[in-house]
Amino acid sequence: MPWPAVVLAAIAVAFFALPLVGLLWRAPWSNAWMYLTDDTALTALRLSLVTSLCATALSIVFGVPLAWLLARVDFPGRGAVRALCLLSMVLPPVVGGVALFFALGRRGLVGQYLDDWFGITLPFTTAGVVVAQTFVAMPFLVITVEAALRQLDPRLEEASRTLGASRWYTFRRVTLPAIRPALVAGAVLAWARALGEFGATITFAGNFPGTTQTMPLAVYLSLETNPEEAIVLALVMIAISFGVLLSLRDRWFGAVSRPMQVAA
Amino acid sequence: MTLAARIGLQLGTLDLQVELELAPGEVVALVGPNGAGKSTVLRCLAGLVALDDGRIELDGAVVDDPVTDVFVEPEQRPIGFVFQDHVLFDHLSVLENVAYGLRARGVARADARERARQWLDRMGLADYGSQRPAALSGGQAQRVALARALAPDPRLLLLDEPLAALDVGTRAAVRRDLRHHLGTFDGMRLIVTHDPVDAHALADRVIVLEAGRVVQSGTLAEVTAHPRTRYVADLVGVNLVSGGVVDGVLSTASGARVVIADAPDGPTLATIRPHSVVIGRGEAPGSSARNTWAGSIVDIDRLGDRVRVVVDGELPLTAEITGSALADLRLAIGDRVHASVKATDIEVAPA
Repeated sequence: MPWPAVVLAAIAVAFFALPLVGLLWRAPWSNAWMYLTDDTALTALRLSLVTSLCATALSIVFGVPLAWLLARVDFPGRGAVRALCLLSMVLPPVVGGVALFFALGRRGLVGQYLDDWFGITLPFTTAGVVVAQTFVAMPFLVITVEAALRQLDPRLEEASRTLGASRWYTFRRVTLPAIRPALVAGAVLAWARALGEFGATITFAGNFPGTTQTMPLAVYLSLETNPEEAIVLALVMIAISFGVLLSLRDRWFGAVSRPMQVAA
Repeated sequence: MTLAARIGLQLGTLDLQVELELAPGEVVALVGPNGAGKSTVLRCLAGLVALDDGRIELDGAVVDDPVTDVFVEPEQRPIGFVFQDHVLFDHLSVLENVAYGLRARGVARADARERARQWLDRMGLADYGSQRPAALSGGQAQRVALARALAPDPRLLLLDEPLAALDVGTRAAVRRDLRHHLGTFDGMRLIVTHDPVDAHALADRVIVLEAGRVVQSGTLAEVTAHPRTRYVADLVGVNLVSGGVVDGVLSTASGARVVIADAPDGPTLATIRPHSVVIGRGEAPGSSARNTWAGSIVDIDRLGDRVRVVVDGELPLTAEITGSALADLRLAIGDRVHASVKATDIEVAPA
């Protein structure tokens, strides 16, 4: 038994577990139900679920083609494009929010035309929340799906083409089933990131109860006004995230970490 | 159905310039060393790679011609492709693999499955339809790959190193199997291989490719008698003798006997390398060579300092000797000679 490694690993586990224990310890169990059914909490929870699922859907619709492009098409500047698309993973979310504001705000580079031509305003709206969440979440899906596509034997797709299948049929019947574990894992990661999104949302979409105040924003705000409520809301978010990770752990993450099987 | 292709392609360091034609129903083996461009030729014909220049015509219809900007997508070409190590779809059952091409071409589900079932029947895999490809042996997987490629009824079947992925033990059985199933298909067949034994067993004609160029084309016997390059002489231009082995002696259909070492009984393919054949004048002297056959010289072909001498007799053979040996023995066409080979110089493989 490599004891030093075990000790260090145990410290790491404690490091992740302690904050959770701290929350449970301070949780106002007798008033929990009241805070949970509180209007602010329910509204924020519903808004968080709706916007994070929308952001996940958008990430899939645009992220899968992007991942395919990055994995399969050898175009000049591909490395730069990949770095650009993954930038928001490492960018401080607040910076992302500011950048979104100057691009898509009412006086922004593109936002002014959205406003003038289509009457679409994104900042400080629920749609703006979705945009901010998609901005930070999509890279997680792209990076996961791209890795799976790179591992996939390109001859599977070629075999399909020689059998009379179009590109689209090949994608649906061969590529998609083969990368499905990675797609699910990437979607879950993106969803979790969107659900937890704070900085870009508050910068770009503000903090209006009912339209842009998502759970993380509600937690942060109630910390100043009512710490007990903050703890309950935080525990709800932890429970949701933990539940999803647990239910998916072996089925999907296990399948992703194994190399894609090619017909023996 | 005919194939006429002129393929020009730059791919990395490979400069491919190949012309080839296939007659209706012909089986041709494309032989050559690694990196010669054999697989790339197949990929061009299948439409998986577009030509830089040249032209591919399948039965009079142009499928690739960069000059007139014609490129028919792979799914629109009447071809079947059997990949090296099969490339079956692991997430589909064996039956769905075979039905895939029909489904992709719009055949109704029930009909496609029924026809796929018939193919599996024909391949002796009727019981494996519901299995996953991962559960199959190498030989079974190859039959599924062949059935999958043949089910949509292609006119040109392309096989890329169909036997390379198999171990020596199963190779002979699968080769025999493949020959049988290829025989039931009446379209053109083009097989990439680097093994003259496979070429001999499966094809009517060989085309030898070296560094992106066709260096020779003809029957294997022609190539053995007149190899144009060292590669062809050393690796393709060998004598292949088929027959049945009983007690260490192989008997050919024409009645010649070949003593071999360490071969199990049964149908066998023996490889006799021309440089291990010794030619002598007149009657056979006593020697340690177990095999000696009488015959007469029918052809003499020079390749550099080496000379190929074709002997016709009990066992038609090509020998390779040096130019000085030819001069010393003053050999000429029509001379009576004997050819001998040590039993231990003969390689055997079950046929």
